[in-house]
Amino acid sequence: MGLMEKFFGLSWGIHPKDHKRPAADAVTRIMPAPERLYVSLAQHLGAPALPSVLVGQRVKKGDLLANPQGSVSAAIHAPTSGVVAAIGEIPAPHPSGLPVLAVTLAADGLDEWSEALEATPDPFALAPDEISRRVAAAGVVGMGGATFPSALKLASSRKAGVTTLIMNGGECEPYLSCDDRLMRDEADAIIDGIRLMLYATGASAAIVGIENNKPEAIAAMQAAAQAYSEVSVRSIPARYPMGSEKQLVQTLTGKEIPAGSLPAEVGVVVHNVGTAKAVRAAARYGQPLVSRLLTVNGGAVKHPGNIVVPIGALVEDVLAFAGGFSATPGRLVMGGPMMGMSLPHARVPVVKGSSGILALAGAELADREEGACIRCGSCVRACPMGLLPLEMARHIQGDDLKGAVKLGLKDCIACGCCAYVCQSHIPLVQYFAYAKGTLAAEDRAKLHADATKKLALARGERLAQEAREKAEVAARRKAEREAAKLAEAAAKTATAATVKTVETEGAPA
Amino acid sequence: MLVAISSLTILGAAFGLILGIAGRFLAVEADANVAEIEALMPGTNCGQCGFPGCSGAAAAIAAGEAALTCCAPGGKAVAVALAEKLGVSLDLSGVANEGPKVAGVAEDLCIGCCRCIKSCPTDAILGAPKQIHNVLKEACTGCAACVEHCPTEALLLHPVPVTLPHWVMPRPAAAF
Repeated sequence: MGLMEKFFGLSWGIHPKDHKRPAADAVTRIMPAPERLYVSLAQHLGAPALPSVLVGQRVKKGDLLANPQGSVSAAIHAPTSGVVAAIGEIPAPHPSGLPVLAVTLAADGLDEWSEALEATPDPFALAPDEISRRVAAAGVVGMGGATFPSALKLASSRKAGVTTLIMNGGECEPYLSCDDRLMRDEADAIIDGIRLMLYATGASAAIVGIENNKPEAIAAMQAAAQAYSEVSVRSIPARYPMGSEKQLVQTLTGKEIPAGSLPAEVGVVVHNVGTAKAVRAAARYGQPLVSRLLTVNGGAVKHPGNIVVPIGALVEDVLAFAGGFSATPGRLVMGGPMMGMSLPHARVPVVKGSSGILALAGAELADREEGACIRCGSCVRACPMGLLPLEMARHIQGDDLKGAVKLGLKDCIACGCCAYVCQSHIPLVQYFAYAKGTLAAEDRAKLHADATKKLALARGERLAQEAREKAEVAARRKAEREAAKLAEAAAKTATAATVKTVETEGAPA
Repeated sequence: MLVAISSLTILGAAFGLILGIAGRFLAVEADANVAEIEALMPGTNCGQCGFPGCSGAAAAIAAGEAALTCCAPGGKAVAVALAEKLGVSLDLSGVANEGPKVAGVAEDLCIGCCRCIKSCPTDAILGAPKQIHNVLKEACTGCAACVEHCPTEALLLHPVPVTLPHWVMPRPAAAF
């Protein structure tokens, strides 16, 4: 592959129309906290957080609302000052619309910061582990959308001896421009955050990869990074999915991450540029992650642009703040159009991983009729992981999930390139999502069956033991009874013998 | 001509002999087969199949006396695993895959008689005489052994509710 790429350029990926402007060029707006905020307790990868506040309790902005629970989890903080109105289930920002536990906050409109924030003038004087601890306390998660707790990633990178920090400024998803806007507006803060992350992970160099369709962001970041030799900013070709971890690492370092392993395997770790800003706020000012920059875009949005939104604001409030609709939206999407989630309705909250809210309309949604696979191989050329989507889908259609796994289903990153290029409009990536979900459910069922098997065995042993004990008691009773009988019989014969003797003695001679 | 015929005859005879000896010495005992089949069963010995426990069912399946779809709590997943193990093609069109189920106690009907507790193969039911019983969902296999023991029909099987972490993207309707 290497030689082919040298002569013919990259073969994987697609070039969808990016729709990033004019939203990317609009000035960033800041949304004030709405009257009610719905802060989900499961907005990170891993176990949901455990609420640490009571209904009716008054909290200030940045106060802890929920503690992390388990080894992979993240803390949740109050996005504004107010009163905890409820702790209960709300619809999750998810295609299923299933409920998720959340803390409902009634804002008091003052937006007062908590006084308990741990600010420090020079975070580089702290121990690297202390930076990770502060990042964990601030509930920072990966801002690119995967929402893995950042503190765990910093600490594990240090243990694994990672040498290079890759900063993901790719933002290859069409429509989204929040990372672009952040790099233009706050390049200095991001570079400071990157230096803190270098310090926390022990890596020696950082490479910021930015797609070449964002010249303003590249210029701003290069200017900010000039003073620091350990941070380099590189322009990379615009191509979807360049922002995917494996593709970005390969493009920037030439190293290929082996199937089924983490980037640490080749000595690198990948973080989003937004995460760098959140790490800086946590380490320098003790500020938890309570708001984020996200893109509001799509054909139905009147004033598309980037908005700083408090976590927990409802999508409908954000859309109203953005200026409302110019047309009736046919579909609402959280995230990008390629990998984002279609929302059942607008009454779902913004979470830490929401990079965008799209209200799509008209031609953006053209429903295409599915045809038969003509085996043209477009999906094979487009697949960035070098898989055979057409073959995998055929196996899944025939209910042969194991066959699909053999073809590399586990390596699929669900980027959707295959479905995008498909001439026959086959929903290939949906097949893969279905198959992966079904396989995970089968694994869970197997674990459950193993656990219940153990319970059944334990019950069998218990019943056997009870039966044994009963038999022992019965045997003992029987023995006692027989002993008593024997004794009685012996006593009887003894008495009889005495009587006989007496009789004999008493008899006339 | 004669050379070709004789050499092929000798080869055939020699290979036949080797196969015959191998068949005698490397024969797989039927018991091992039963044990392997039993390992695929849920192992809770609930008795829903009509055989004496999972080992009885495994022996019957190995002997070809029971259908592969006889295991009620195992459902479609166990039937598919068994078919794969035995190398048999399986017709699942008759099996309605209702998905995993779990038992639940209707609290207004339970009289606290403790009969279900004794019937549960995984000790999943909690209760005391004249107290409302409850089912530990994590331990329940949905085998329905308790359902027929309940005198007031308070025990019923419900489908396992879908939660956010367990949601699976529905399968696209295949147009072709």
